[in-house]
Amino acid sequence: MSVPLSPEEVARVAALAHLDLTDDEVVLFGRQLADILGYVAEIQAVDTSGVLPTAHVLDRVPLDRADEPRPTLPREEALANAPEAAQASGLFKVPRVIG
Amino acid sequence: MSATPPPTARALRDALARGDRRAADVCQEALDTTAARDGALGAFTAVAVERALARAHALDAARDAGAAPGPLHGVPVAIKDNISTRGIRTTASSRILAQYVPAFDATAVARLEAAGAVILGKTNCDEFGMGSSTENSAFGPTRNPWALDRTPGGSSGGSAVAVAAGLVPVSLGSDTGGSIRQPAALCGVAGLKPSYGRVSRYGLLAYGSSLDQIGPFARTVEDAALVLGVIAGADGQDATATAEPVADYLGALTGDIQGLRIGVPRAFLADGVAPAVLAAFHTSLEVLTARGATLVDVDLPHARYAIPVYYLIATAEASSNLARYDGVRFGYRTPLEPGDTLRQMYERTRDEGFGPEVKRRIMLGTYVLSAGYYDAYYLKAQQVRTLLRQDYERAFAVADLVAMPTTPTPAFRLGEKTDDPLAMYLADIFTVSANLAGLPALSVPCGFSEDRLPIGLQLTGRMFDEATLLRTGDAYQRDTNWHTATP
Repeated sequence: MSVPLSPEEVARVAALAHLDLTDDEVVLFGRQLADILGYVAEIQAVDTSGVLPTAHVLDRVPLDRADEPRPTLPREEALANAPEAAQASGLFKVPRVIG
Repeated sequence: MSATPPPTARALRDALARGDRRAADVCQEALDTTAARDGALGAFTAVAVERALARAHALDAARDAGAAPGPLHGVPVAIKDNISTRGIRTTASSRILAQYVPAFDATAVARLEAAGAVILGKTNCDEFGMGSSTENSAFGPTRNPWALDRTPGGSSGGSAVAVAAGLVPVSLGSDTGGSIRQPAALCGVAGLKPSYGRVSRYGLLAYGSSLDQIGPFARTVEDAALVLGVIAGADGQDATATAEPVADYLGALTGDIQGLRIGVPRAFLADGVAPAVLAAFHTSLEVLTARGATLVDVDLPHARYAIPVYYLIATAEASSNLARYDGVRFGYRTPLEPGDTLRQMYERTRDEGFGPEVKRRIMLGTYVLSAGYYDAYYLKAQQVRTLLRQDYERAFAVADLVAMPTTPTPAFRLGEKTDDPLAMYLADIFTVSANLAGLPALSVPCGFSEDRLPIGLQLTGRMFDEATLLRTGDAYQRDTNWHTATP
């Protein structure tokens, strides 16, 4: 058992992740994240001096297609899954951002 | 081995191509079987009855008009619900996408349909592919057809069960840390994770972008080879889908594995493997050596770090990929109250829309990428990932394949690991390495436990050498009948 992350630390991470956690979740994740971080800490024992990091495994140049204009999604289809949209003006609607 | 196994995709397609059967009849039969059996299993999140029948009738009409049948003509297939299907709800088994209907098909789906396949429906999974039991689904768990109180594994549990229970001959899953191979093993079917870059991920709802691959489930390795040949290859919609030539995978199934060198990482298998699994594994190696393969010892000293490396890298990537679910362009949005800010909308939408495991992984990934922790966790994990890749490079200098059990134990009970995330993560101990190294890996049924739960043999190959994997798996199935057993 590891020492749980403090509620303040959990709140800091939740704010970065845009998650409005409940009080119960703050306690639960504080404990579980500490356990997981305690477990993954075993990699600190590996000597990685001078080892280059692997971000992905492809050693080939990414395959780019020709930069030619092609049809895109029609606006009404792009808006069809929006929780709230102004179809006529072709906009997604969100709460007021500027007062 | 009571009942006759249902027909393979290959046999079905050939019967349809000859005109012995009609696609509409085959489709109706699959729909009837699914309606009768899936209530107890929960493999499907949606069955596209009308769409499937319309498609089957169109295939029959095209055939009557003289069109040449495709390599999957009339074959019913199931698609994991994190793979986009135009016009069919695609939820990733998440509340946040409960009503999402894609406006486009994933490339793998489009290629299946172009080859003549009939999409029967979408299958249940752990939410966004995050889990090893298909219990982390907003729609409830999927059950293992071999024992209904057991999980099918995950995250692609629904796709594994749909094939194991004989609802469809082949299905698609996705594999980020074992999500095709682990449920394939626990359900007694074949499952292939292709090399990173082999199959386009266009339309796959991203989880860990440096790890995710789409691949097939099938009863026979031959059917897996057939499906891979259809879905593999470069795609203008996915820059990671390489132009590496696609081999003739069916043509590679010669049965000849004379002289094949199979590497066995014995030290890595020393602890924590159930005796029945280890016994089945060693017996399967004897089957392969009897066919002319030779065994060599290989060492993967960094494989023991694969789980921590995986959970650092995959969650970091997930925290970025899942930022798009914010209640603006698609998916769930929290009910708004007067005066709610945009930020409050984002934060409540995400807390209400995501399940516990997804939030746990987003939190972990955000933490390890945050200021002050990046070097100690994320960068360190990427460095150990390099060392793990080098382990495999050394192994492939002396071996053509690496063999391991797919999972340390047979299927576990529903609820057994849900309160202990770390215990659940360890179910992937033998599978995550292939994703981290990008290598292709295949699980084939290789026996049963004393209480008749399936066990899987995992073969890992060189980058883009699916042909050797499939040839070996097919050769193994010529000498064994584990894959013809039905639950």
